[in-house]
Parts: sequence; structure tokens; C-alpha cells
Amino acid sequence: MSTREGMEIAFAAAEAAALCRPEVIAAYPITPNTHIPEHLSDIVADGRLDAEFICVESEHSALSACCGASATGARVFTATSSQGLLFMGEVMPIVSAMRLPVVMALGNRAVSAPINIWNDHSDIMSQRDTGWISLFAANGQEVIDMIIQAFKIAEHPHVMLPVNVNLDGFQLTHVVEPMLFPDQDEVDRFLPPYTPFATLHPDKVVSMGTLGMPDIFNEAMQAKDAAVIGSLPVIEAVWQEWERHFGRAYEPVYAYRTEDAEVLLVTMGSLSETAEAAIDALRDRRVPAGLLKLRLWRPFPREAFTAAAKGARVLAVMDRAVSFGGVAGPVGAEVRACFYPGPAHPLIVNKIIGLGGRDVTVENFIAIVEEARATTVQPEGYQLYGVRGLS
Amino acid sequence: MKVVNFELYAPKLVDKGEYFCAGHRACQGCGEALAIRLMCKALGPDTVIVNATGCMEVVSSLYPTTAWNLPWIHVAFPNAASVGSGVEAGLKALRRKGKIPDRDVKTVAIGGDGATVDIGFQALSGAMERGHNLLYVCFDNEAYMNTGIQRSGATPFGASTTTAPAGKVSPGKQVWKKNVPEIMVAHRVPYVATASHSHPLDLITKVKKARALQGPAYIHCLSVCPTGWRIPPHACIKVARLAVETGIFPLYEVEEGKYRLTVDSAPLRPVEDYLSIQGRFRHLTPAHTAAIQHRVTQEYHTLLEKIHHLRAWAEVTEP
Amino acid sequence: MAKKKWPQDYQDLTPGCMVFEPASARAYHTGAWRAQKPTYTFSRCIKCGLCYLYCPEGCIHETEEGYFVADLDYCKGCGICAHECWPRAITMVDEED
Repeated sequence: MSTREGMEIAFAAAEAAALCRPEVIAAYPITPNTHIPEHLSDIVADGRLDAEFICVESEHSALSACCGASATGARVFTATSSQGLLFMGEVMPIVSAMRLPVVMALGNRAVSAPINIWNDHSDIMSQRDTGWISLFAANGQEVIDMIIQAFKIAEHPHVMLPVNVNLDGFQLTHVVEPMLFPDQDEVDRFLPPYTPFATLHPDKVVSMGTLGMPDIFNEAMQAKDAAVIGSLPVIEAVWQEWERHFGRAYEPVYAYRTEDAEVLLVTMGSLSETAEAAIDALRDRRVPAGLLKLRLWRPFPREAFTAAAKGARVLAVMDRAVSFGGVAGPVGAEVRACFYPGPAHPLIVNKIIGLGGRDVTVENFIAIVEEARATTVQPEGYQLYGVRGLS
Repeated sequence: MKVVNFELYAPKLVDKGEYFCAGHRACQGCGEALAIRLMCKALGPDTVIVNATGCMEVVSSLYPTTAWNLPWIHVAFPNAASVGSGVEAGLKALRRKGKIPDRDVKTVAIGGDGATVDIGFQALSGAMERGHNLLYVCFDNEAYMNTGIQRSGATPFGASTTTAPAGKVSPGKQVWKKNVPEIMVAHRVPYVATASHSHPLDLITKVKKARALQGPAYIHCLSVCPTGWRIPPHACIKVARLAVETGIFPLYEVEEGKYRLTVDSAPLRPVEDYLSIQGRFRHLTPAHTAAIQHRVTQEYHTLLEKIHHLRAWAEVTEP
Repeated sequence: MAKKKWPQDYQDLTPGCMVFEPASARAYHTGAWRAQKPTYTFSRCIKCGLCYLYCPEGCIHETEEGYFVADLDYCKGCGICAHECWPRAITMVDEED
């Protein structure tokens, strides 16, 4: 029976991870995700979770230790942010290529320089192409749910890929919310023990992490791509099963008040909640605006997205990271590419908002929608929003 | 009846299993391949090998084949010790929960001098500090050999490497070799040893000793690279033996802080015997050789002092 | 030399490019590399096994009679065995073309 409790979302993330019975946790502290490994280590120290908690000496070692432990067949979990994720960067594509189902909670934080501990998506965007499944949580409940779902998705025999669950640093990690926590029996029914494809053990000898000559490397990349793309039906199936168990629905693209919408805001993460409030205010004034909240970033749910955006004249795509010198922000570029081959070509306005923890308000979103509504010609590129000195 | 020259016949008592099989793509006469082959004989089949990027990883694991007859994993260059920490923790947790058979499987992390002394140093230090039941073996061929003989922290003074070459103005590496075994002793690793493939039974004994320990252990194994050291392949063992006999690479072990020489090479041969037959030292002047001799003698005597007088950490009986 | 077989299609690759056949590198006969090969004067061999111990390939085997012989499928001709054999029972000779 689920219980309703109020706590800091980072603690809730730790509780959710603990419910999944990880066997090895290797994590290094970095603001703002520190409370996740701290609370997990409390849970282990109190004997509530039987796991090996490795206080590694760096994030690179954290992900490396997770690789090693996952390869033995243990269920593993880690958490990091920003510079920590970048320091893991070398190992990120290796985990997915080696098909190790590591689950990571990512407290999204801006990437240096200048050093900034507050929230944006530049950390995860730097790891976009590493072959991890990426989920974005918009509130505390989604954090709990997605972490538990993540293990099931990652360990599925047709997937066997690492998953990161993105939760905005401070704006989610340090916020106290009331949330429904499933109990251990419910989670055990949903998430059976991990049965790995292969393990490091003398009883069945394997070599993992071999060298790929040019003669097979392209095939290996195709196999990896096929695995990431092929995980989409499994993710949707896991979400349907989640709804049956817990009554909460998840889909790759959540459409909010999009019926007859002329303008659609596109967001990922906690700012989606602010955007929802803006849409409500706009609808009160009879402005035909709606919101598309992307829950799944990788694999990008192209079909679901284009279907959900159908009929809209303008998409106002919100990015929280800059692709310096590029044609659009990361999400903006993805959305543009989505529509290019098809018949529908909505105007795509791409704003980069809330970098390094800068507040984005309901009023900001209302203004963005009004500006999008007034747009009749496809604008060039992208714009960093609210920058003093930019007209 | 005493068997005369027992050590000549003792090879017959060594484990006949080949866990690092022929077909690997190491150069002819590779000392590191030999050292690994010998290490595996000491470890036996109940072992998981965690291999850093380097010569041995590359030559042994060309997909779709492997030269390994042991469970083996390679992830990246700096993380043999951290992946090894994860393997050790995973095996420990799974065994405790009854998910894998209840028997000892040893985690052994291996890497070259590049992976150990330089890029993987942090991970090694962290793993040893945390006290995992992990044996780390460094196969030291004194340069980044796999990428083409570049200078590492383990490259000896005066050696010519491709990034610290002997040229008109500079005579190779100008600083001395980093002493990682001493650093491991400072981490209070309960068993630290040096080894060489020129003394195979000493190497095997040390690996067995380290394997039996339920805790961290470190072995630093000299591995001659004929390609990088510019010697003919057949001289591989001879040169390794000379490193020991000149005192340049003494074979010792440190058990719970107590130093012990396992091969006594006194009286030491002059370093000239070792340096003069290697192409990487070809450019050395008598002054360089003298400087090297001075330092080697000094370090060897320091080691003898430790052996005779020192415990790295004292035994205290009263509070 | 045994020919290496690459997996044909991407679907034939193992997940993560894992290799499930231990010691499968034996399919590659490194003996093709050598310029010299060991020859034996067994009358001098004292059957000590040191050559077996020192071979980096691990390709030296004990025969029925207790002598030690290199497997020429793998022997790279490095000459360590000949160099270390103190009774001089092994001589390296050039490979014929």
C-alpha cells in the first residue's frame, strides 16, 4: 500500500532507489545531487538496505565501479550532476556499448565555466549521444516513479541499456513535496530480481569490453543504435504496466490542453510545471495555447511527438542548454529535424531559458507564447531568453 | 636425499593450465605477456581479471576472439582499480545474498605502468585506501608502449622515449622513476611486492601470497619490452635478470610493513652491464651512467636499511 | 594461418561485443610471424622445463618422452627459449621461404 509522505525530493529519489534493492551503489558527492548518495548511505548504514556502498574517490571511479559491479550481475545505482557527469564522460558511452543496465539519477546542473551550481540541462545535453536512455522528471512523484521504472527498463532483456533519470538541481532536488511512495512488496511485484545476460564469473567464462576493429565497428554501432531505438516499445510497455500497478500514467510526450492549440510550448523537466500554470492563465484568456512535456529524451519519440504536435501552427521549444555556434538548441534541433521529412512544418521558435538556475516565471512563459503567436515567419536559429544586452 | 638444483626442476611443479593462451598479438619476446601468463598460473581459474587499456588488453581481446581463459573485463584506461572495486563489491554482495556460489573468487586488476603510475593513479590510491579485497598487479615496461613508447612516470632516468627523446640538447628523461611500491606501503597495503618475469617462481609465489590475502595487495612486476627498450627479443629474460642483479629493480616484499628481500643479488653488478645493452640508453655518457649508478646504489642501500631496521608501521603493544 | 572470420551482419554481433569462447584467440596462428624457428638437440635436453616456463606465447609443450617442443602454429621465433636453455639444446635457425 503506497504511503503519502512529504520529504525533500533528493531523499525521495534515494528512497525510491533503495526500494529497488540495488546491490552496489558507487557515488561521489556533488551539489546539488549530494543528498541522494548521502541518504542512500544512511539507508545502508541503518541496515534498511543490504548493499555495498562504495565511497569512490571520483565520479569517473563511480561510474567505473558501477560498470564492474553491473558486469558481475549486481543491480547498481549512482547519482551525479554537471562536472561529475562530465568526469564520468569517458565511461558513459562504454556503459551503453557494453550493455550494462546502470541506473543514474542526474541532478541537472549547469556546466562550468563560470562555475555555477544551479539548474540547467547543459550537463545531460553534453552526454546526449552516449546511447543512454534519458527520462526527464517534472516533479517529485515523477522522480520516484521514473527511478523505479528505470531499473525495469534498463534490465529488460530486449533493452540491456543504462538509464538516466533527470531531475532539476535545487528546483527539484532540494524541494519538499508530498509524494506517494510504493511499499516494498509493490515494488518487488513490479521489479523482479535482475537476471543478467552474462556475468563475470569463472563458472561461465566471458570476455567483456573487447577491441573492435574497423571491420566490425560500424556493425557494433548499428547494433547499439538498434538497441536504443528498439527500447522505445519496451519503455511504453513498462509505463503501461506501471499504470496498471500504480494508477499513474506515463507516456513519452505528455500533452496538456493541446486541443485546438495554435501555439504549443515544448518543455522538459520541472519548468514544465511553471509552463502548465502559464497555459492555464492563457486559456483563461481564451488564448489557444498548450504544452508538450517531453518525458522521454532518448530515444527521441519522433512519432509520438509529431502526432502530439499535430495541428499547431507554432511550436515554442524551450531549451536549457546552448549548442554554441549551432543552428538551434539541442531540443530545438531535434524538433526541427523531426518535422523536416514530413508534411507538417510548424514554425519553430527556439528559446534557451533559465541557464545556471535563473528563474523562469509564469509571466515569462506567457510572454513567450504571445510572441510565438505573433510569429508568422520561421525565425533564424535560437535565442537566449532574458539576457540583458540582447534586444 | 637432497635434490640438487631443485629450482631447475621446479618448473615442472607449476600449474600447467594456460589462462592466457597462444594466439595473442603481443610482439615476439614480450616480457609482459610472459609475466601475465605466469601470474595467471599462480591465480588459477577462480579469478576475475579487470584489465586497463594497454598492450595486453589490445593484443588479447580482438573481437570476436579472446586469448583469455578467465572471466575478463576491460572498460577504459584509468580505471582498472575502480572497475576492480566494483567487481569486488558486486561479487561480495551477490555471494552474501546467495545469488552466486559460495566460494572464493578473486578480483585481480591489472594494468601497465601508464594505467597504474600515471592516468590510473587516483583510482589505484582510492581502491587501496578503501581496502577492497583486490589484488592490483602493475606490469611495468617503463613507458606507454602500446601507443608507441612514450614517457611515463615509471620511465627510468636517462631512458629515451618518444616524448622525452635523446636529442642534441636533451638526453632523454631527466627525472627519476616514481616509486609506486613505496607509495603503496604508505597506503598501509598489507602486502606489497616487486617481481620480475626473469624470476618466475618468485613471481608465482608472490602472486599466490597476495591472492590468499583477504584484502588489498599490490605487486609491481618488471616487464621487459624488447620493442620499446630496443633490445633483441631473445634477450628479454636476460635484461630483466640484469635489472635485478644490478640492484636497479630489487625483488622484495613488504608484509604488514616489514621489508624482506626475496632475491639477494649481492654483490651487485654495475649498472653499466644493464644500460649498455639497451638501445634506449645508447646515448648515455659516462657521467649519466655514474649518476645512475650513484642513485641506484643509494636506493638499494636505503632498501637494505628498511629491511634490516625498519617496520613501515611499528608494532605497538602498549596503548 | 587460420583465417579470422568476422561476424557478417550487425545482428550477428554479441551484445556489447562480448566473447563467449574462452581462448578463442587460438584461431589466429601467430607462427606466420616468425623469421626464425627453434630446432632441438634432444641429447642435450635435461627436461628442466625452463623453456616452457619462459615462453611468452605458452606454446611449448612437454612430449611423451618428457622433452619440450614449441608448437610452430604459434611460435613467433623470439628466441627466448634458445637463449635461456643453458645446456644449449635449442638453436634458432632461419625460416625457409
